[in-house]
Amino acid sequence: MTSQVDQSEAVDGPDGEGPAASARSGPGRPAKPIRRLDRVIIRFAGDSGDGMQLTGDRFTSETAAFGNDLSTLPNFPAEIRAPAGTLPGVSSFQLHFADHDILTPGDAPDVLVAMNPAALKANLPDLPAGAEIIVNTDEFTKRALAKVGYAASPLEDGSLEAFRLHPVPLTALTLEALKDSGLARKDAERAKNMFALGLLSWMYHRPTHGTELFLRQKFAKKPQIAEANVTAFRAGWNFGETTEDFAVSYEVPPAKLAPGTYRNISGNLALSYGLVAAGERSGLPVFLGSYPITPASDILHELSRHKNFGVRTFQAEDEIAGIGAALGAAFGGALGVTTTSGPGVALKSETIGLAVSLELPLVIVDIQRGGPSTGLPTKTEQADLLQAMFGRNGEAPVPIVAPATPAECFTAALDAARIALTYRTPVFLLSDGYLANGSEPWKLPEVDELPDLRVEFATEPNGPDGAFRPYQRDPHTLARPWAVPGTPGLEHRIGGIEKQDGTGNISYDPANHDFMVRTRQAKVDNIVVPDVEVDDPSGEARVLVLGWGSTYGPITAAVRRVRADGGRVAQAHLRHLNPFPANLGAVLERYEKVIVPEMNLGQLALLLRAEYLVDAQSYNQVRGLPFKAAQLADVLHAALGSLDAEETR
Amino acid sequence: MTDFPALRLVPKADGPQSAKDFKTDQEVRWCPGCGDYAILAAVQSFMPELGIRRENTVFVSGIGCSSRFPYYMNTYGMHSIHGRAPAIATGLAASRPDLSVWVVTGDGDALSIGGNHLIHALRRNVNLKILLFNNRIYGLTKGQYSPTSEVGKITKSTPMGSLDAPFNPLSLALGAEATFVARTIDSDRQHLQSVLRAAARHEGTALVEIYQNCNIFNDGAFEILKEPGTRDEALIRLEHGQPVLVGADRHVVRGADGELRIAPRSEGTAIVHDAHAAGPSTAFALTRLADADTLHHTPIGVLRDVDRPVYDALMAEQLTRAEQQQGRGDLAALLAGSSTWTVDA
Ligand SMILES: Cc1ncc(C[n+]2csc(CCOP(=O)(O)OP(=O)(O)O)c2C)c(N)n1
Ligand code: SF4
Ligand SMILES: [Mg+2]
Repeated sequence: MTSQVDQSEAVDGPDGEGPAASARSGPGRPAKPIRRLDRVIIRFAGDSGDGMQLTGDRFTSETAAFGNDLSTLPNFPAEIRAPAGTLPGVSSFQLHFADHDILTPGDAPDVLVAMNPAALKANLPDLPAGAEIIVNTDEFTKRALAKVGYAASPLEDGSLEAFRLHPVPLTALTLEALKDSGLARKDAERAKNMFALGLLSWMYHRPTHGTELFLRQKFAKKPQIAEANVTAFRAGWNFGETTEDFAVSYEVPPAKLAPGTYRNISGNLALSYGLVAAGERSGLPVFLGSYPITPASDILHELSRHKNFGVRTFQAEDEIAGIGAALGAAFGGALGVTTTSGPGVALKSETIGLAVSLELPLVIVDIQRGGPSTGLPTKTEQADLLQAMFGRNGEAPVPIVAPATPAECFTAALDAARIALTYRTPVFLLSDGYLANGSEPWKLPEVDELPDLRVEFATEPNGPDGAFRPYQRDPHTLARPWAVPGTPGLEHRIGGIEKQDGTGNISYDPANHDFMVRTRQAKVDNIVVPDVEVDDPSGEARVLVLGWGSTYGPITAAVRRVRADGGRVAQAHLRHLNPFPANLGAVLERYEKVIVPEMNLGQLALLLRAEYLVDAQSYNQVRGLPFKAAQLADVLHAALGSLDAEETR
Repeated sequence: MTDFPALRLVPKADGPQSAKDFKTDQEVRWCPGCGDYAILAAVQSFMPELGIRRENTVFVSGIGCSSRFPYYMNTYGMHSIHGRAPAIATGLAASRPDLSVWVVTGDGDALSIGGNHLIHALRRNVNLKILLFNNRIYGLTKGQYSPTSEVGKITKSTPMGSLDAPFNPLSLALGAEATFVARTIDSDRQHLQSVLRAAARHEGTALVEIYQNCNIFNDGAFEILKEPGTRDEALIRLEHGQPVLVGADRHVVRGADGELRIAPRSEGTAIVHDAHAAGPSTAFALTRLADADTLHHTPIGVLRDVDRPVYDALMAEQLTRAEQQQGRGDLAALLAGSSTWTVDA
């Protein structure tokens, strides 16, 4: 998902055909041939208690350390421990890695690791013919099969003939490897995910040092468990090396990313770091007021660990108090932040309106999840756009920033802080569950090249005869002065009641209210945001695909496919949804067809139609999952086809 | 001048101040005769006693007649939204230990819509002084019953009488782990200021309930506590270290069952009020002596004033400790984390 590589050069191979392979044997391991691949999609699936997220995370870290480009998609149940062995209890982690720049976690896995029958059944529909399946045969007992409605074992009834099946008694092999560990059977069995990880690490030549280090650190207080996990991990590796069932191993060479130092990072971590960085670059203490909610809680957890940056975190009694405390801190001169998901935004609405009226800086982070109501807490969606845009009483405009990839959450947080501080306004930062938990390589920025966010507090009276006028605006930005308590001579009172222009005194005057409403709107409308860039290599495209937020990966991958087939399609992606980039209207006018894929029922399309009178055509999906590149490629092909058809009529 | 340990970190005023310094040029908009005027005057003339800089004082309010208060105080101020003042003030106080932060709220504001924030502020013990103007009615919305109105109250929204039992705000506060709980009355400036003094001295959250007359929608609600003919019998004036007396010839005793009750002076010995008692049970029992309907036997004064670590100080201490243990944060090191790789040109 890194954008450093010229997008026209790298094309995701078509799905459904398995990885492109070229056989060669590797040096030092003459026994088995090594095949070179340009990309692989692996999905680890098991019971939510099987440690699949950890396994996926470790494989990801090994892959990042190896230097592949990568993109991940964790997918887990909302229940902490759904009943064991059931379909709702299946937790999975998909990883796509390649020797080139990639954009999505991949449409369909080349390899599925299924730890039990439920994991097989739940994930089989996503597998293309020819995919490899590694199953833990020990879990394919009569009872376990019956639990998910298998009358006969799919391992034996021929129903998996289209796939390359590797039956492996993972549990038994793990127990055998740990028979001298002194661990009780139950504890030893738990290490079977590390056995699987070892096997996959062998298959794909992943570096193992990091995982061993990780296990020893994670279980530092339980050295016996640490050793058992390392032993199982190594046993899995050796099993691959020696067993005949695995005849080849694969090599995916490092990607040629732009020069620099990289790390792997998830969206929520990048967003947290962006907030810490915003505090450092503004010189203001960060104050986070938050109430736990999936998938935003990670940011509260992460920021709580950085008190040595002067970051204060406050776990409030509810979302209203979370944002209230952040706004109170902002009144006192802090960089106020509140983090939540859609249901929390609903509760915060009234306070966001107050922040609009007080004209104080505030960053409101919404990690969108499936809605309405509690909806799908652990799944992704983009259906809070209109809530962010309009979900308040009165005319209460709020700028909206939306990152496109996990790593971009870092710059988006800095940008949201920039807008909040420069214009003295609450700002929405709209991420989603897919960005939050997904990860990709991130080229580390130079810290002193990050934007300078320093602000000047008001220190002197600005009105006639030494009075302070809290609503006397900067003529360019329309921002009002930020005078923090403790500043002598600038004592003032502000509130949610309409204020007189300039003085800030309560005013019910009709003309003043009209003026203030329009001025607050103008302030947001005039926020400087970069122009939207259009990618149209041929310069002759007649169809534009326009997205926002996390659909960037699948849209871009789809565009590459269409272009590889000779289709001409232009692509643009919005990072600012309020205000829209100044050139957006002109861009939209240039194309005969504008396609807007969204994980909602057409919220951006509605805004575009209203704002630009453009016939934006929605393509929508609300399945709690990101789009697939193939699916969007079909949509774009169809759009191109319909233009051609119109022509010949 | 009194010493105010809770204001240790707040910069001192350069010279003496007067009540006039705390008045703004804004026209006061309460109904003529409203109890809020008396409270405002009492607070304005009390503030100079604190000896702190005016610019380091902040009044935060919610919504209601009472919540107009900050507009009339020449300090920093925020008139926020209904019920949320304690939450907003918590963020301000927790991030600015150099400020003296006051919350002004009403019975509806604090106990209906903002009930959650009130109890959590109290249990956290943030350095806030909360002034709850209790007029037992919704004033600003023109006279609906409130969570402190007596059962059967006839109002516009309850033409046949209200059905729900009221809160006793002080019982509630004590149950919410409050470290400072007091009650006073709008018309008794001397008593009001003595309670404000004790609240200002207290480190942590102080809840001061102020009985306030709404002469438009609930006139005379506290008359029994004010009328020279009835007040001595109706009020129980609490003084730390003094026996708890009721009127001329009764006092509060602890019965054989452990409960407090009011008895003739000839019976038993009066309990001695201990505002600093470790446990809240006696203070709670005192709040229960009042009749919820008639307010007969209403204790006023400081019911509870105990020491407990203050949230904002603890928060600041964690920040200091984190920096001592890990060193001041290094952004480049944070961003890089523990595993990076390099791509060469
Ligand atoms: C969210 C919201 N709901 C309702 C109101 C209407 N409202 C304003 S003040 C108030 C009650 C005020 O009663 P109280 O807190 O006792 O204050 P008083 O006016 O009596 O001083 C209500 C219901 C509002 N401003 N905001
Ligand atoms: S309505 Fe009642 S509380 Fe409100 S200002 Fe008038 S008298 Fe005071
Ligand atoms: Mg009231």
